[in-house]
Amino acid sequence: MKFTEEHEWMRVEGDVVVVGITEHAAEQLGDVVFVELPEVETVVSKDDEVCVIESVKAASDILSPLDGEIVEVNDVIVTDPGKVNEDPMGDAWFFKIKVEDMSQLDEYLDEAAYKKLVG
Amino acid sequence: MTELLETPLHGLHVALGAKMVPFAGYAMPVHYPLGVMKEHLHTRAAAGLFDVSHMGQVILRGVDYDTIARALEAMVPMDVLGLEPGRQRYGLFTNERGGIEDDLMFANRGEHLFVVVNAACKADDIARMRAALPAEVTVEPVTDRALVALQGPKAEAALSRLAPGVAEMRFMDVATHDIAGAECWISRSGYTGEDGFEISVPEAAAEALARALIEMDEVEAIGLGARDSLRLEAGLCLYGHDIDAGTTPIEAGLVWSIQKVRRAGGDREGGFPGAAPILRQIAEGAPRRRVGLRPEGRAPMREGTALFAAPEGGEAIGAVSSGGFGPSVGGPVAMGYVPEQSRAEGTTLWGEVRGKRMPVNVVRLPHVPANFKR
Repeated sequence: MKFTEEHEWMRVEGDVVVVGITEHAAEQLGDVVFVELPEVETVVSKDDEVCVIESVKAASDILSPLDGEIVEVNDVIVTDPGKVNEDPMGDAWFFKIKVEDMSQLDEYLDEAAYKKLVG
Repeated sequence: MTELLETPLHGLHVALGAKMVPFAGYAMPVHYPLGVMKEHLHTRAAAGLFDVSHMGQVILRGVDYDTIARALEAMVPMDVLGLEPGRQRYGLFTNERGGIEDDLMFANRGEHLFVVVNAACKADDIARMRAALPAEVTVEPVTDRALVALQGPKAEAALSRLAPGVAEMRFMDVATHDIAGAECWISRSGYTGEDGFEISVPEAAAEALARALIEMDEVEAIGLGARDSLRLEAGLCLYGHDIDAGTTPIEAGLVWSIQKVRRAGGDREGGFPGAAPILRQIAEGAPRRRVGLRPEGRAPMREGTALFAAPEGGEAIGAVSSGGFGPSVGGPVAMGYVPEQSRAEGTTLWGEVRGKRMPVNVVRLPHVPANFKR
């Protein structure tokens, strides 16, 4: 698993990367009440705004960590945004992105480095 | 950065694991480990304890209540003189343009008048009262007391274990009760739409009172986050957001707070700052009005969201003044200002969220029915 400094996690499944937000991010956001996900088949570039997540406190954007094509989104968190707080590292993944160049992941943090970042 | 002030309950908040944030110059708990959503729902289901010690408590003294009341009536468009002993009323400090300088609660406590004002406005309010009130009325800020609110359907059951007499109080009554040897000034009121109490307690006794309450099964400590979502669902104005110096009581839908005796034809008509524009608007109406808003989708429409009359084209006709997620409603709720012709319940408007216009309906306030003990 890889992590961004913006508190997203990425898990490789073949040529697809599953993206979600970390437990630390979910805790900081507080109770999530609204999630907007991208359309499937959207081609995105790294740092494009792809999702909106709103908690009781505020709205934040989620940027795509990679270049690629959105191939699947998790509608469960749209109908039940509270799942993001319950299981951010598992069932409450956000989207799956098909990536041609997996070496893009190399620049990101591994679990040990991410843990150090959030203390 | 200037040092944040701490309330007498600061140590308790930290011990309870609260997330502390700066608010109106104070370090205040925005939420506890329970989180905003559960704190909100707990308050509506049982009882929540809020530290509101940052608010301004002020005593006005004079030779007798009538003298103080007549003096205060020159600053607010409310019937202060007719307020019975042991009763409290909602009020507004107005300015010459008819705008609202602050909102307040004032109580007839027999020989004196007790005022509670917003934290962010308290220094200005105290200066304003000192400047406007005659020399025979003194303005005494109360700086040695905490203020806590106990809100929710089980607030009476909880507080009456410590002060049995509070069960006799009705909505907007005020009374003095002894709790564990401390003289507490209690009102049956609050800022959540629920039944409940606000308790002014001597600083030294505040933590013991708060601990005694939160140790009860019904009571949880509640932060400012849930205080905001509770008052938003209850349709109550937050000063600086839903009302301000450029908003009149008529625009804000607060004419109910101006008693007949101060209106045109009343025995003490006018005589407050902005009387001419305010009385004119009571007679003729205001061009814009505060309304309740319920977005059709799930996306919250927050403060500042521009409102349009149509799904595309045209200029903004108004804006959201407060908005977010309503945990008891289970969806987004808001209020905002719209032109007179767009204020009817059921009117569909469009709010622009992240560049997209989303439908939002004008609804009756409050979003959640009030639960007061009248």
